[in-house]
Amino acid sequence: MKINLVNENSVIIYFSDAVSIETADRIAYACHLLRNGLSTMLSDIVPSYTSILLSCNLRKTGLQGFVLEVKKVLEQIEAHNIETPAAKQITLPVYYGEEVALDHAQISEHAGLSFSEVVKLHTSECYRVFAIGFAPGFAYLGNTPESIKMPRKMTPRTKVPKGSVAIADQQTAVYPRTSPGGWQVIGRTPVNLLDFSQDNLSQFSVGEQVRFEAIDRATFLAMGGEL
Amino acid sequence: MTLHIKQAGVLSLLQDLGRYGHQDVGVTPGGPMDSHAFHWANKLLDNPANSAQIEITMGPFQAHFQAETSFSVCGADVELKLNGISLSPWRSWQAQKGDLLEIGYPSKGLRSYLAVAGGFQVSETLGSASSVVRDQLGGLDQQGHKLSDGDVIPYQSVKRHYTRTVTTQFIPDFNKMIRLGVLPTYQFHEFSHAARRTLFNELYTVTPEMDRMGYRLKGKAIEVKQQNFISEGIVLGAIQIPANGQPIVLMRDRQTIGGYPKIGCICQRDLNLLSQATPGTKIQFFEQDLYQAEAELQQTQQYFFEGE
Repeated sequence: MKINLVNENSVIIYFSDAVSIETADRIAYACHLLRNGLSTMLSDIVPSYTSILLSCNLRKTGLQGFVLEVKKVLEQIEAHNIETPAAKQITLPVYYGEEVALDHAQISEHAGLSFSEVVKLHTSECYRVFAIGFAPGFAYLGNTPESIKMPRKMTPRTKVPKGSVAIADQQTAVYPRTSPGGWQVIGRTPVNLLDFSQDNLSQFSVGEQVRFEAIDRATFLAMGGEL
Repeated sequence: MTLHIKQAGVLSLLQDLGRYGHQDVGVTPGGPMDSHAFHWANKLLDNPANSAQIEITMGPFQAHFQAETSFSVCGADVELKLNGISLSPWRSWQAQKGDLLEIGYPSKGLRSYLAVAGGFQVSETLGSASSVVRDQLGGLDQQGHKLSDGDVIPYQSVKRHYTRTVTTQFIPDFNKMIRLGVLPTYQFHEFSHAARRTLFNELYTVTPEMDRMGYRLKGKAIEVKQQNFISEGIVLGAIQIPANGQPIVLMRDRQTIGGYPKIGCICQRDLNLLSQATPGTKIQFFEQDLYQAEAELQQTQQYFFEGE
């Protein structure tokens, strides 16, 4: 574990160099402890695959004092057993038609497989929510099967349509709203993933298991999907 | 007791200091692009530091005061008129019922901040009035929409029985060449010596692809080796280097997590200058000591939040 300064009021804690279920559990547990332990000096917390970014309120603490408090809280992790949260599983319908799979040709070419084989592989996996970020409700899911993993685009798209399911390296994500992004688009879901009127803003929560299920064009449209 | 908008201009948004504590589900903080101008506009009126204002990007902007108030305008170099009479920005003024305020297209800089005594009275979403268009959050309708002609924004009719001016030394010069301090954090030390030399020795140019989310810059490509990078939390001012080597500086409406390597962060003091920069502005980066920047920011916050 390593704590680095980031800017005037932020630090980042790295838990590991590699993504794993164990690291994700440690991070979820550390977030819980940090929220309680730092209370009002904490202004924001951003967990991700292998790190937690923490920002402090400079009117309550200085950066050096904040780092000391963070270290104190983290010492508790070693002293406690980490319970694996009971994983909830959701199934998300996805239309993999070429009209919405904007990068189908590049993904097929990169994998050396037909697109139907790519889809078969993509729907075979049980994914896990490792982090939520980038945009409200944007969940980072792992792991995309090795044989269809693919790097991000060299230059990000300025507009990725709402509901797009996309891959980058061994990650898969769903764009809850239209936004810029550099991921390779493989399909689109008709499900609305974000609702600010709900207490729980996002359909996803960290630790959840997710499966993708292929649906046809008619089902996609009937479920309210937009082309 | 409202401000009646006659002309909202290119992009006018209600903003307070931002929406904090929801970045764990990906909700961006938002807030004023130029926090220096924002803080002064409230300070001139003795408003609480977080009082909602209108951020006017480019303009032109026209509005009628429907009740007596005191107001201030800080930010870009603009022609400012009340009932046709020229006023200067960076100070507070009195307005009577029915007065027409006009803010012209900026001659230098990009954004102006309009504050009224007591602040604009706007409902909050997730603890803030800040409008984030992309996330459909905050603002007058709480759907994140930018302000439009005919919108009516409530305020309390409070009058300050004095007017104030910001001291000249705190009024920035919006030059076509700006110097921005870089905190050597994130993956700074993982970039090659050549890449770091390029960052500090070359001039970069602000491109037209700039908004509240990020500023894309153009210049000599910064060598970047590692592209398979694990996504991590992003702070205000982070400098992402995508594979094409052209820097993207992340601003108020940035995403909360991202997977491009970052060569450091622009210190918050200098981000205010960048937020007023128009396409074509030249940028010279220099290395900024982090603890010095922290001390400065802490002092700034103590001043503007005094007594709160």
